Amino acid sequence: MVAKRIIPCLDVRDGHVVKGINFEGLREVGDAVEMGVRYGEEGADELVYLDISASQEERRTFVELVSRIALRLNIPFTVGGGIRTVDDAARLLDAGADKITVNSAALADPALISRIAGRYGSQFVVCAIDAKRIDGVWRATTHGGTRLTDRELYSWASEVEERGAGEILFTSMDHDGTKAGYACEVYARLADRLRIPLIASGGAGSAEDIAEVLTTGKADAALAASIFHFGEIPIPELKRMLRSRNINVRI
Amino acid sequence: MTAIVDYDSGNIRSVVNALERLGEDYVLTADPAVIAAAPRVLLPGVGNAAEAVSKLRARGLEPVIRRLRQPVLGICVGMQILCRDSEEDDAQGLGIFDTHVRRFPADPEAKVPHMGWNRLENLESKLLRDLPPQPWVYFVHGYYAGLCPDTVATCTHGAVRFSAALKYENYYGTQFHPEKSGDTGEKILQNFLHL
Repeated sequence: MVAKRIIPCLDVRDGHVVKGINFEGLREVGDAVEMGVRYGEEGADELVYLDISASQEERRTFVELVSRIALRLNIPFTVGGGIRTVDDAARLLDAGADKITVNSAALADPALISRIAGRYGSQFVVCAIDAKRIDGVWRATTHGGTRLTDRELYSWASEVEERGAGEILFTSMDHDGTKAGYACEVYARLADRLRIPLIASGGAGSAEDIAEVLTTGKADAALAASIFHFGEIPIPELKRMLRSRNINVRI
Repeated sequence: MTAIVDYDSGNIRSVVNALERLGEDYVLTADPAVIAAAPRVLLPGVGNAAEAVSKLRARGLEPVIRRLRQPVLGICVGMQILCRDSEEDDAQGLGIFDTHVRRFPADPEAKVPHMGWNRLENLESKLLRDLPPQPWVYFVHGYYAGLCPDTVATCTHGAVRFSAALKYENYYGTQFHPEKSGDTGEKILQNFLHL
């Protein structure tokens, strides 16, 4: 049986992994390549690198960084942030990324998903959806949850699948950063509707939360950032705990 | 020295990087003479099997691939096109491995594509020696090669048990991606380099 995956997420700016702490701005937590290699050695199943560059200049550095990551890592990795065109995706593929994520650009132009999947295969395209609940309706957002779109989460997820995305990475903006657990009911409902794998993101505060989203939440993978970066939950320990709950993980 | 067959079969960067990490000399080539003379040949492949095999034929590489006597390793779609045929757009393969490639059935408990880490079982090849028991490797595929006398490792996805690795004489194939399978994958590639 295919294992449930544990995926550290690394936000990258200017070659460094950064993390916003309590609205006090970005703190540098390490070198992007070295951190990735270490997570790989510790048993991470995949990695996600998100480019949060502020300028075109920095974006060019990111492509170079992707090729350095690809040279060192012996597990799959996904990259995202600022991908607007098939050519953007192609540059990252050529640099050695195994998958890319699209988010805002797919909302603006849903056919982008089909174009990238048509060229490089569905396995290469992860569609990220950031949604929040407004008056009882989950709506897709852009710009880190600050801009609402008129897309409703469940129908957008189904459309994304129809258009050829290979996986969906759903972040609940209501849970992201709270460390109070994932939006498990929403994941379970999404997983029931989708035939493609679902990656859960946003809200992990404990190993228990991760166990929960992989069981009752029916997610195929759990993604988290700060609990890994700050050593709160070492991956080997997390995986032993998940295994003890009869969750199928790679150890 | 390993010849990596360069036939526009999708992303081969990760295979190249894996050989770099192992310190192996390699050449990316579609030249039949270079391929024929190489001590080892790696046949990567990502995407659609029918497209991959027609690209291989368009470059006139089918005869040279068939005649190789040195170790050959087909990875993923590179393995599938060495099988008899594939349900993916009715691709006709090279028929080196005596099996058919079929689409995974729809199964709510086993998503398609089969993507992620899964375990190898029933290992029986020098390619797969000195690995941990039931080793984990990384798969991404929607079609699988059926079990056959050439099967040298199996894997199970949902109700389907399939060939995770194949071997016939000097030809080897892995459905999984050794170049993305962590230390286990590196060991398998190293085994290939020392066959």
